[in-house]
This record gives sequence, C-alpha cells and structure tokens, in this order.
Amino acid sequence: MRSFQKRFSEFTARGVHIAAISIDSVDINRGHAQQMHFTFPLLSDADAAVIRRYDVLHRGVGPKNNDIARPAEFYVDANGTVQWVNLTENIAVRARPEQALSAIDATKAGRRD
Amino acid sequence: MDLEDRLGKIDMKRKWNWPLWLGFVVAIASVFSYEFFAQFPITRDFPWANLLLFGIGAALLLVGLFRAFGRPQLYRGKVFGSIFAAISLFLFAFFAYETFYVLRQVPLSAQAPRIGEKAPEFTLPEQNGKSVALGDLLSPNGAVLIFYRGHW
Repeated sequence: MRSFQKRFSEFTARGVHIAAISIDSVDINRGHAQQMHFTFPLLSDADAAVIRRYDVLHRGVGPKNNDIARPAEFYVDANGTVQWVNLTENIAVRARPEQALSAIDATKAGRRD
Repeated sequence: MDLEDRLGKIDMKRKWNWPLWLGFVVAIASVFSYEFFAQFPITRDFPWANLLLFGIGAALLLVGLFRAFGRPQLYRGKVFGSIFAAISLFLFAFFAYETFYVLRQVPLSAQAPRIGEKAPEFTLPEQNGKSVALGDLLSPNGAVLIFYRGHW
C-alpha cells in the first residue's frame, strides 16, 4: 500500500481512485492513515461483509482467530466491471502499482478500439 | 601433576574460535531481520536477503566446527559450537516453515469477481467516518480496490 501511495499521482492522472479495505476499525484506520500519510480512503469492513461478498475472506488467521481479508487487488472500470484481478498465492507478495497501472492503461486502450 | 599442568597450559593457549561466534550472530540475524527486509518489495516477495545471510552464517559455523573438531587442541568450541549450530538450524527451520509454507496458505477465493463481471456494490466508512460507496469511486475512470490483512 505504501508503494501505491508513492505512485498515487499516476493513478490520479488517469482519473482512477484507490481504496483499501480491511476489517480494521475506523479509529485504527485513522491512526494508520495519519502515520503512513495515506491520501486514499481506508475503508473499515469490521464485520467482513464486503470481504465475504468478494470471496477474499481468510478464516481464522486474525489476532483472535477471527476472519480477516486475504491480500487481493481489483481494478474496476467506470461501469463497475472488473478489468483486473490479482489474487496472490503468497501473503507476503502483493500487487505492485505498475501492475495496476498497466491494467488501467490496457483497459483504456481496449475501450478505444 | 605435570600432565595436568601441561593440559592446563594448552587449554589457556587455545585460540578463540571466532567463526563460530560470528556465524551464530549472522545466522540469528538472518531470521530476525525478516521484519526489516519485509519493508521492501524486492526482499519481501522472495526472502533472498535472509537466505543469503543464513548461508553466510552457516558457512562460518561450519568453518568453526571443523576447527573445533578437527584441531581441538588448538581451537575452542566443540560444545558451544554444536549448541550454536543446533539453535541456528532450529531457527532457520522455523523461518523456512513460516515463509515457504504458512505464508502460502492462502484461500482459493474461487468465487471472487472475475474479469468481465460486475464488482459487488458496497458502502463502508473511511478513516474519518465518512461513508464511501463503490459508485462514488468509479468516476471518471474507475477504482483500484486493495483488500489487505489489516493492522488490528
């Protein structure tokens, strides 16, 4: 997420928003956003309802063996259609901003044809 | 009496087996530096920095053990060298189990929205309590959604 923040202006230049979703509370997110200088919204899905709806739930691996989100990244176009999905096979390996940026550019190019 | 005296003198003269100590420190550091290297994507995606450090530590420990067991009259470290090596191996086994097994236990997410499907709608509060809907994020050119494990 820090790498996405670093290249935030490149997303803004393309007219693309970034939003991050986890089970963290609004309070934790506020502190985290301030500490890390995140300028995109950190959305609080405390009961993991949205995480479940996207089927990116990781059961029982939270601090109290609760359910949390697994790392996953999506690019959703202006019509609400998914154009890129990144489902890692290793929790430590996350999507890089350049992957998302090239997916955004490919979507844009495809629409023009 | 004479023999004991001589043994004592030999013992005093035995050299400090530094590769054992350095190897042990490097091997321990290879595991405990995980948090540090995890800050950078290149060293987080694959823990090669930790593996390299452990390799150096293991090589030094081996040199130290060869000295201690090969020329025990000259070098110290038969006992503590073995203990160092055992602790290092145990820690490394734990590290390998975590990074090559536990971190790869990710759910399949077979029902996650696929390319071409509509992204499920949602409304959630952001860090200042304001409600944000997926629809708010899509104009003008869509949104990148990042699901993450969280800080709890």
